[in-house]
Amino acid sequence: MQNFAAEFSHALSLIFTGDSELWAIVLLSLKVSVLAVLISAVIGMPVGAALAVARFPGRRMMIILMNALMGFPPVVVGLLVYLMLSRSGPLGVLELLYTPTAMIIAQMVLVIPIIAALTRQVVEMLAEEYSEQLRSLGVSRLASVPVLLWDARLALVTALLAGFGRAIAEVGAVIIVGGNINHVTRVMTTTIALETSKGNLALALALGAILIGIAIAVNAMVSALALRAEQEGLRHA
Amino acid sequence: MIRNFIRAALIALGVAAGPAMAEEPFIVVQSTTSTQNSGLFDYILPWFEAETGIDVRIVAVGTGQAIRNAINGDGDVLLVHSKPDEEQFVADGWGVERFDVMYNDFILVGPKSDPAKVKGGSDILSALTAIAEAEAPFASRGDDSGTHKAELAHWGAVDVDPTDASGTWYRETGSGMGATLNVASGMGAYTLTDRATWLSFGNRGNLEVLVEGDPRLFNQYGVILVNPEKHAGVRANAAQRFIDWLVGPDGQAAIASYVIDGEQLFFPNAK
Repeated sequence: MQNFAAEFSHALSLIFTGDSELWAIVLLSLKVSVLAVLISAVIGMPVGAALAVARFPGRRMMIILMNALMGFPPVVVGLLVYLMLSRSGPLGVLELLYTPTAMIIAQMVLVIPIIAALTRQVVEMLAEEYSEQLRSLGVSRLASVPVLLWDARLALVTALLAGFGRAIAEVGAVIIVGGNINHVTRVMTTTIALETSKGNLALALALGAILIGIAIAVNAMVSALALRAEQEGLRHA
Repeated sequence: MIRNFIRAALIALGVAAGPAMAEEPFIVVQSTTSTQNSGLFDYILPWFEAETGIDVRIVAVGTGQAIRNAINGDGDVLLVHSKPDEEQFVADGWGVERFDVMYNDFILVGPKSDPAKVKGGSDILSALTAIAEAEAPFASRGDDSGTHKAELAHWGAVDVDPTDASGTWYRETGSGMGATLNVASGMGAYTLTDRATWLSFGNRGNLEVLVEGDPRLFNQYGVILVNPEKHAGVRANAAQRFIDWLVGPDGQAAIASYVIDGEQLFFPNAK
């Protein structure tokens, strides 16, 4: 284990000297996960809000399903997306397998349920709170969705962060659909898996430390933005 | 609107898949964890890429999974180490032709304490028999990889079905070579590994090489072009150039020059 300390400090020096290979991997992880979360928000938020205000048969069932999907194992998602994108699969002609786009799709499948479920919760509470006002203004339930989403925007940031946390941390799905190809689809988590299997435990751990660092930085940034938005909101009120 | 947004976002980030290009700027190789974990590809590919401008993308999984992925058409080249399966792959029409590329050997590694007393032997069959009799912990890949298939063939030769003992002294990890070595290192188990992964493995702990040199431990790698008649998307031209390079003088010399701690990891033997 005397190697461990040396290896760990080597890994840290890679991080702080800005090793270009390492930073390319960090950057790709961020690109893939941020994009997956943004697209998931565009889809997941309206769906969640619609489920919150609309009343239709099967709604209860859909909510249960959505909540359950929050715990969908990434490796199963990876397998499903692989079967879709494989050259023998229905979307094979798109040639998306083993590209970052495939990884974004897989992460979206993981993140959309989280964002939709959390959005539904927040919007449902707001809808109850404002139901009389909205009714007196003659706004239909579905038409109230954009207003409610806007009003809930600060709470929805949490939903985005929860989705981002799931996306950036998962390995099971992206390693199947991305293939962990060097310089193409190798992200932080798949690098950690690879280095672990090479027996380079300290390097893997150091990469894990960066991953945590990124998660903290993103959360801090977003919460700072949210705080500022809140303060401005108070000033204007 | 949303679709346009997604497309614009993907293009902006340079990750959208463009239309299939005539010059085939990259190929996908389905290969094994042993070739990747040993660092061979990272070492030899820059030569080929500099010469041809073709980017070689390696997907490293077990041999069994690599073959299945190639059957699905999710690769242009198959480079694995289980000759009977490779020949079956070609016979079934999924591959065009199989070429020998290189070989190394399997070794039996285990804890220095060596509870089954197999150290120093060069007969893998008697070593496995001793391990089974001592019921000493043995970590198996258990993942249908080339190494796993080789291991099972040796158990078959001594007429032991270790899976009867699955979960007791016989532990199937269901993962790659490196991950299995981590398990063996952690629990003081014996395991069969290819020499290349062992030489480049960084977490040996108490493990050491116990049995080597049995001709039965020969480990041959082969390369096959995935049949473009089965999957129209196969980038056959670029893939063929890669295969030609690999079995030609330049590729063979590159393979031979890969050395870790003074030991050569793979021995080229293309005909």
